[in-house]
Amino acid sequence: MASSTAGARRRVHLAAHFPGVNNTTVWADPRSGSQIDFASFVHLARTAERGRFDFFFLAEGLRLRELKGRIHDLDVAGRPESLTVLAALAAVTDRLGLAATVNTTFNEPYELARRLATLDHLSAGRAAWNVVTTSDAFTGENFRRGGYLDRADRYTRAAEFVQLARTLWDSWPPGAVAADQESGVFVRPGAIGEVRHEGAQFNVHGHFNVPRSPQGHPVIIQAGDSDEGREFAAATADVIFSRHGTLEDGRAFYADVKRRLARYGREPGDLKIMPAATYALGDTDAEAAEHAAEIRRQQVSPQTAIAFLEQIWGRDMSAHDPEGPLPDVEPDLEGGVSQGRVQVADRAAVVARWRSVAREKGLSIRDLVIEMTGRQSFVGSPQTVARQIEEFVTAEAADGFILVPHLTPGGLDDFVDRVVPLLQERGVFREEYEGVTLRDHLGLRAPGRAA
Amino acid sequence: MTDHLHLAVALDGAGWHPAAWREPVARAGELFTARYWAGLVAEAERGLLDFVTIEDGFGLQSTLDDGHDGRVDQVRGRLDAVLLAASIAPLTSHIGLVPTATTTHTEPFHVAIGIATLDHVSQGRAGWRPQVSPRASDAAHFGRRSFPPLDPAALDERHVRDLFEEAGDAVEVARRLWDSWADDAEIRDVATGRFLDRDKLHYIDFRGRWFSVKGPSITPRPPQGQPVVTALAHARVPYEFAARNADIVYVTPRDRDHAAAIAGEIRGIPGGGGTVRIFADLVVFLGHSAQEAAERKARLDELDGAAYDSDALIFTGTAEELADLLLDWRGAGIEGYRLRPGAVPYDLKAIARGVTAALRRRGAFRHAYEAATLRGLLGLPRPANRYEEASTT
Ligand SMILES: Cc1cc2nc3c(=O)[nH]c(=O)nc-3n(C[C@H](O)[C@H](O)[C@H](O)COP(=O)(O)O)c2cc1C
Repeated sequence: MASSTAGARRRVHLAAHFPGVNNTTVWADPRSGSQIDFASFVHLARTAERGRFDFFFLAEGLRLRELKGRIHDLDVAGRPESLTVLAALAAVTDRLGLAATVNTTFNEPYELARRLATLDHLSAGRAAWNVVTTSDAFTGENFRRGGYLDRADRYTRAAEFVQLARTLWDSWPPGAVAADQESGVFVRPGAIGEVRHEGAQFNVHGHFNVPRSPQGHPVIIQAGDSDEGREFAAATADVIFSRHGTLEDGRAFYADVKRRLARYGREPGDLKIMPAATYALGDTDAEAAEHAAEIRRQQVSPQTAIAFLEQIWGRDMSAHDPEGPLPDVEPDLEGGVSQGRVQVADRAAVVARWRSVAREKGLSIRDLVIEMTGRQSFVGSPQTVARQIEEFVTAEAADGFILVPHLTPGGLDDFVDRVVPLLQERGVFREEYEGVTLRDHLGLRAPGRAA
Repeated sequence: MTDHLHLAVALDGAGWHPAAWREPVARAGELFTARYWAGLVAEAERGLLDFVTIEDGFGLQSTLDDGHDGRVDQVRGRLDAVLLAASIAPLTSHIGLVPTATTTHTEPFHVAIGIATLDHVSQGRAGWRPQVSPRASDAAHFGRRSFPPLDPAALDERHVRDLFEEAGDAVEVARRLWDSWADDAEIRDVATGRFLDRDKLHYIDFRGRWFSVKGPSITPRPPQGQPVVTALAHARVPYEFAARNADIVYVTPRDRDHAAAIAGEIRGIPGGGGTVRIFADLVVFLGHSAQEAAERKARLDELDGAAYDSDALIFTGTAEELADLLLDWRGAGIEGYRLRPGAVPYDLKAIARGVTAALRRRGAFRHAYEAATLRGLLGLPRPANRYEEASTT
């Protein structure tokens, strides 16, 4: 990259993902706490802030997941409304960024722009929005509009949505609120701009009713992986939340997305790439490997192993013994059994691969699922993990990571106590917050105002 | 305890008088900060009030019935009330938090999980004031529906009926979603590998004219079971909406007789009129003497260039006089009050300190919080779950 940065170590950015509604989150462990009590959110947020993390992150899922037409009952479930819980966290944290995943399909720009600007005011400049483009009719059954959005239109709507939100945020210039008791001027004359938007997705006329927030625009995160998703991120996002967590994959993704930026007049530093990452620590690398294997076993209960198989085979597999061998049953490639989760692409290829691994290694169903799904991104002693994280960032496979702990609420305690100090010693992670807003933490410039 | 009045304050900007922000003690430059609001609610909590409400809406405040008036000498702009209430929750411990959220342009699912979440983060102190948005100018901010310009002198009855019918559906959806998880739906049964007992989760299958919602909620049942639903009502259609859907209705009597007439009308509404709690709204300007209070209002009127008028009765006087009025109207069937402070912090302090003290001297207000939840403060039991009742019979 730019020669001026040669020699200087690239800084790592870190975020804390509240444990998700899937089998990564272990609930059967005695240390596992509530997924809904506010105290759990406070614990994880304060741990992240103690570790000087950039931000705290919440995913979104607006319908309980289903398997074989019934509510999926094996994984943790139940979560708060994201922006509401983040507003509460704003009161008990000071510098930590607060990021909510909110889709552009089942929301309206005026309302969501207000809620995001409000969070930015209440947190004094720490709000972020992870823009996702859910389009499925399954989720739509909980909403007025139903599942009307064609998959092909999901980014058309998202792009227009974000652009309109920015127009609304910009309609109050900085300093519009004078609140001058002497002269009696509360808002400067002519300051509140009239918004007139007519587009394919939205027609919005009138006046926004929230003054410009401390960051101007909340930080925009994007988490789609298709070509359109990457292009959308290059055009509009400040951060990408990606799934590309291996070194090679990460480098390719990083190069691809950063290359797209120039087209939009943007610099590589304007878009941070932060893959999801899981981890397992131990005093030694060998101990960490053991710990990682234990976690994997907890994540894949016998019943969860069968559920995974059913998702890939597309049929009922409940008659098979999870501790027994992979049965010689043909998959139903037409049948889908799961709803409300990311679908497995190209199931035929996955079936073939699973069969060959099971045969080669002589694995039971459960051991096969453990082998084939959800391996931790970083496994090792704190020294090893700190070194690997720095390597990824140095090699331009990432600008940092969104860490996904497997335990609520204490899952980041060991990382913050043991790995963060090593990253700080290496000079690749801040010792103290250097700014006030999330844009400051991420090294992002202030948003330009739309013309 | 049953002799005690219930007392709430309605917070909005720097107070309800449009010139309130110009009082030297008003923190006019901080209206959009968390600290400002936390300070106001802390004051109300020190006074042991039952709850605060927070106003909201989808347009700029205006002196016009519909649309932006372009005025620069009054407060313009407001924060989302549900989020504001949530940011106050961790800093308070007993007082109820009742934000306004509109039913007209919002998704009932989002509103329901927002209020449920407020109940979780406040450990059982959430309420909701559903509000309809009849204005054409608000509708234009969404561009999905086109409404006639709002003219209070010539209300389009059908439009009003539709808005309240839709609001009723929105509250029904929220109530079903709040019950869609049994309290013991989370089982963490290691033997069977199940986190949830799916038989204790319920599809709500709501179908209505404006929306259909499948359910269940994504948020477990709120600590109160059902957060407290409250509604402001001035006429027959909203009285019916409130009687059928709300736990508390705020009404706006001009005097004691009017209060008795309104209470009588509401009590006669089938399907909830007999049990809904009836609170009266009053705008209050307080002072050490009646004259001082009246002068305070007059001074603000002069700054604004117009005599402040309201849908609710405007009271000017001392805390003692107000306490007498509140007890007098109780005889007309009013069980509690939502006081709208004319100017903040002055009138808020006068309510939280002076009015509560005057009521206590009359044996009519609490000396300490006697419950940990808002339902508890209001004497409302934690309701059985509608779906569980059905399945256990
Ligand atoms: C790392 C990552 C996390 C995501 N998290 C969510 C989420 O929490 N909620 C959601 O509805 N979609 C989520 N998505 C889905 C995407 O945002 C996007 O809507 C979907 O992938 C379709 O876009 P695409 O075809 O570009 O991938 C996530 C995607 C990625 C890559």
